[in-house]
Amino acid sequence: MVTASPTRPMSNLWRMRSYIRPRLWTMFWMLLTAAVGTAAGIAVPLVVQHVVDGPVRHHQLAGLLLLGGLALLLGAIEAGLAFIRRWTQSAVALDTEYEIRRDLYTHLQRLPIAFHDRWQSGQLLSRLTTDLGVIRRFVSFGLIFLVVNSATYVTVTALLLHLYWPLGLVVAVSAIPLFLFSKRFTHHYLKTSRLQQDQQGDVATLVEESAQGIRVIKSFGRRRHMGRRFEHAAGQLHDTGVAKARLLARTWAEFDTVPNVTLAIVLVGGAYAVATGALTVGGLVAFVSLQLMLVWPIDSLGWIIANGQEAMTAADRVYEVFDQRPSIVDRPGAVAVPRKEIAGRLRFEGVGFRYPGAAQPVLHRIDLTVEPGETMAIVGVTGSGKTSLVSLVPRLYDVTAGRITLDGRDIRDLTLHSLRDAVGMAFEEATLFSMSVRENLTLGRADATDEEIAEALAIAQAEFVHDLPWGLETRVGEQGLSLSGGQRQRLALARAVLGKPRVLVLDDPLSALDVYTEALVEEALARVLRGTTALIVVHRPSTVALADRVALLADGEIAAVGTHSELLATVPEYRAVLSASADLSEAAR
Amino acid sequence: MKRPDRSRRRRGSRLGRSWTAAPPAGGTNVQDLAIDVDTWRGRAAEEDAERTAAERGSPVRLREGSRALLGSLVRPHRRALLWIVVLLLLQSGAEMAGPYLVKLGIDNGIPPLLHQPRNYDVLIAVGIAFGVATVAAYLGKRGFVTLSGRVGQAILFDLRNRVYRHFQRLSVGFHERYTSGRMISRLTSDMDSISELLDGGVEDLVLSLLSVFSVAVVLLWLDVPLALVSLVLFPVLAGLTRWFQRSSAIAYRHTREAVALVIVHFVESMGGIRAVQAFRREPRNEEIFEAVNRNYRNANVAAWRLIAVFSPGIKLIGNVTIAIVLTYGGYRVMHGETQVGVLAAFLLYLRKFFDPMQDLSQFYNSLQSATAALEKLSGVIDEPPAVPEPARPTPLPDARGAIDFTGVTFAYRADRPVLPELDLHIPAGQTLALVGATGAGKTTIAKLVSRFYDPTEGTVRLDGVDVRDLSDEALRRAVVMVTQENYLFSGTVADNIRFGRPSATGDEVVAAAQAIGADEFIRSLPEGYDTDVRKRGGRLSAGQRQLVAFARAFLADPAVLILDEATSSLDIPSERLVQRALRTILAERTAIVIAHRLSTVEIADRVLVLDGGRIVEDGPPAELISGGGRYATLHQQWEDSLV
Ligand SMILES: Nc1ncnc2c1ncn2[C@@H]1O[C@H](COP(=O)(O)OP(=O)(O)O)[C@@H](O)[C@H]1O
Ligand SMILES: Nc1ncnc2c1ncn2[C@@H]1O[C@H](COP(=O)(O)OP(=O)(O)O)[C@@H](O)[C@H]1O
Ligand SMILES: [Mg+2]
Ligand SMILES: [Mg+2]
Repeated sequence: MVTASPTRPMSNLWRMRSYIRPRLWTMFWMLLTAAVGTAAGIAVPLVVQHVVDGPVRHHQLAGLLLLGGLALLLGAIEAGLAFIRRWTQSAVALDTEYEIRRDLYTHLQRLPIAFHDRWQSGQLLSRLTTDLGVIRRFVSFGLIFLVVNSATYVTVTALLLHLYWPLGLVVAVSAIPLFLFSKRFTHHYLKTSRLQQDQQGDVATLVEESAQGIRVIKSFGRRRHMGRRFEHAAGQLHDTGVAKARLLARTWAEFDTVPNVTLAIVLVGGAYAVATGALTVGGLVAFVSLQLMLVWPIDSLGWIIANGQEAMTAADRVYEVFDQRPSIVDRPGAVAVPRKEIAGRLRFEGVGFRYPGAAQPVLHRIDLTVEPGETMAIVGVTGSGKTSLVSLVPRLYDVTAGRITLDGRDIRDLTLHSLRDAVGMAFEEATLFSMSVRENLTLGRADATDEEIAEALAIAQAEFVHDLPWGLETRVGEQGLSLSGGQRQRLALARAVLGKPRVLVLDDPLSALDVYTEALVEEALARVLRGTTALIVVHRPSTVALADRVALLADGEIAAVGTHSELLATVPEYRAVLSASADLSEAAR
Repeated sequence: MKRPDRSRRRRGSRLGRSWTAAPPAGGTNVQDLAIDVDTWRGRAAEEDAERTAAERGSPVRLREGSRALLGSLVRPHRRALLWIVVLLLLQSGAEMAGPYLVKLGIDNGIPPLLHQPRNYDVLIAVGIAFGVATVAAYLGKRGFVTLSGRVGQAILFDLRNRVYRHFQRLSVGFHERYTSGRMISRLTSDMDSISELLDGGVEDLVLSLLSVFSVAVVLLWLDVPLALVSLVLFPVLAGLTRWFQRSSAIAYRHTREAVALVIVHFVESMGGIRAVQAFRREPRNEEIFEAVNRNYRNANVAAWRLIAVFSPGIKLIGNVTIAIVLTYGGYRVMHGETQVGVLAAFLLYLRKFFDPMQDLSQFYNSLQSATAALEKLSGVIDEPPAVPEPARPTPLPDARGAIDFTGVTFAYRADRPVLPELDLHIPAGQTLALVGATGAGKTTIAKLVSRFYDPTEGTVRLDGVDVRDLSDEALRRAVVMVTQENYLFSGTVADNIRFGRPSATGDEVVAAAQAIGADEFIRSLPEGYDTDVRKRGGRLSAGQRQLVAFARAFLADPAVLILDEATSSLDIPSERLVQRALRTILAERTAIVIAHRLSTVEIADRVLVLDGGRIVEDGPPAELISGGGRYATLHQQWEDSLV
């Protein structure tokens, strides 16, 4: 769905510096402790040398004890510094990860539904967990050693050039193959690493679908079928992993070769230089022992480069999300209107709507007015755009043409908060979360009182919640699936009417109710609707009775508006959609 | 595979989950969160609802389970592992040859060059040896990394599949408790932490163990009393390790729990994003996410800080030992009990003894982290399916579709029976309608037939065979249910319909769609049957989703078809089309139809009216209507509602 921008692979990782910046000092101290600790570690052998050359040779017990004490002190310092560094490092890396994760989540919640329609949630999840883990690893490890190792490399090479420049040059030139190797490696590895991360997202998506669709899978007995699908996805991940290992194997082996070959060249060349008198034996020994210090930084460079590249592609993936601008936000100058001051006159003025990426608009030229307190039913065949239409009211999507006004003001000129505060909504499919019934009901109105909750439950005929094991505190299963369909729907309805919204948008709110319960709900709902502007998507004639007027939606346009009986009498399409007579006669046959 | 390496790693850095901390911090935080969880998540039906049975048992058994799992994963790769070790030894041997060859070159190669005639033989030999060593190191390294990558990936692949397949075997009831977020967490985040072990573990373990043992032997050989003194601090080392083992096991267990909570919350809030936004749930969600995210961070910090103590602790023990040996050794040299050379060598070797210990501690840390993940996974794998497949299934070649409930009692929660005692015979070919208030137990009956659950008491039989004795395959071929929550998978419309019968041809898919009247709308989609329906079928309207779900069931062509409010989101004309189709479709099969719109019920041969899980009326619809009972009232109400 989204591809990495191949240009400037570093840029996104570099953008993460804002997360590091507040911790720059800590990072600096960590580097310093690393350096001092290393020095202390190196000093211990020097002490040993002194012990052997001094007190032992001259039989000085006091001196021996003194130097022994010094070794103890240096050892303690080394360990102490390592401890301090690790201790702080854990906080630095984990805080960075924590903050990015928090910001990513906050950002995702602000992105419009259209974004969530397009993106697989597994892909989002893998960014939030696996990719951030990779970045954390880079921050906690790769970054520091990139600095330390580069510094070591430059210093040692400079020293070597100073010691004996012809051989020093050989060592310096050995950077060229290293550079070439890493260039080629980078070229392939970036792709592979990105591929692997995307595949991890795909696997997460598949797992999520398998968990949420478990009833369908079971009901069709497609366990093995899904097992094969998963095996295929896991197989791809496996293949990419193996390909990655092959790339790493080759490059790491090459990286290891460079210092070995350089060492051989230096040895042979040095021997020759010694033979010709250009270098002393002692000089060669010093040169070689210094050069040996380069072996580790070069070796580990391969690891660090790989780590850095994984972090780069992970950062790309994370910024792909960060770079999506929330398109449904408060306009500049948007006003907040308190709920009480909203009368509730809802107008669609020449509204058109096209789903992002779709060729054809779903809705065009919708003109419709719902007066304050009026209940308007929306009727239309499946797929005519009813759900799309009502989703526009709380700005889950924005109109692509025309405008919607509330009390004469474009809803985009209200703050999102006040608009959504004024609008109560029940979706076609009751969206419940695996948390307590209370939390599900008061989703956006944490301040709702017990009376309000009780009232909402009464309207939706959802008093069954009191029979649940812990009443309002009972956790409803994931997606509310531990309730029956009608129970779920009634909870969703209660949620919509809770706290008396000024505008009520109900998308087919009674479809899962039995006739008897439906009648009860309708009766209670009718009382609420008297004072509330409402837009109700309706399939059944019985529910139409709740509405003052009905709008018939056909092919994305309002084909007719009027009272139920008017339309029934004058509009044949309306009769076709809603009249049950044909249905009845057929059923009676 | 490789981490920046030995010498430097000693300085104590390494990544990943390697730093761990004193338990109190993590411990208290988990506690804090638990309180919060109770309030917003509400109380689950059972305590520990989200744990597997194994996790509820003792931690020791859990550990054993995970070790056993690890064993069974590694066992098939024993031979490859042997090769890995060989390659590793080759590589490290070749690498160690470098410094030695330098010494040879300087000590033996240069002197012959200093006199005329110059003799290059030794130097050339050293050069050649260098070449050989380089090639060997290259091959060893390359082979080792490739092979260990291969084995590691194979193990992960195996583990992923095992866990996934087992998840699929577990009952609907289990999934309801466990939540999809947890399942995702197991199959992604836990796998990540295992793959970290596989990435670096083998090399750490083999090389470090090797040098620790060889150095120990050398030390003993050099000077026994001095070697014994070096072991003075060994009890401290053992104590430290034991402490780390215990506390890190707990700490890493917490991180696994904590990350699962993050994922669960994330998955749910993204899945319900419409409701989240429409109800301005964002601030509250941020609060909750803040809590779970911080909790995860704290759990990680706690774990990382343990290694921040453990690893420098080992270094400290090493350094103290060196100081002790230095002093005591110097004393011995002074008294002529040993030689200076021995002391020098001893001190050098001691460092080589303790440095790999650092690597071992890193390995141990990764192992602890992976073990915590493995514990979770083995908990899943050991979870017995609540609705198990029979070991020796009764064959059912041609299901006719007669269904019998005998003395069936069922309850989701022990204290709340949903079906008190049900006896029901549905002859093959009958279309049965279930009617009753929401919550009466209609769906539950359907779920028992399709064996989402097993009855608490009594039996459900298909063609006289207890459904518990049927293989999953046979049962599912015979019984298909179209649920209220018609889940569609992301993929094309055709793929989704074909889910009913994966072997179906394109024409059959189209025919199924045509039969239930979905063909027209599908063709009007931008790419027709190849249109991607997106996650959960979000690209389609709810009614369209139901039509696709219907087509899917129709294509499956089962002997028993269960329709649970399968047309609730359809408009009346589409519903009529579906009903017309149903008449033909249901003609020669058994059907259980649950619907609130009695128009659908009218096509039934027989109606059951259910109340509180009991059958209160039973008979052909026409008969019941004239009988003046509940169904008659319902029917009257429904007719009134139509006007
Ligand atoms: N997210 C989406 N992206 C593109 N098209 C969509 C999306 N959701 C719905 N549609 C299409 O828009 C049309 C109207 O859908 P909808 O408003 O849900 O219909 P209904 O009237 O049944 O509620 C349908 O043809 C559907 O396929
Ligand atoms: N998975 C579940 N866990 C716990 N209780 C459940 C579960 N599913 C249904 N119930 C409860 O069982 C009762 C019967 O539900 P159901 O069979 O779905 O009713 P319906 O007749 O509406 O289909 C309801 O009270 C419901 O709350
Ligand atoms: Mg709709
Ligand atoms: Mg039901």
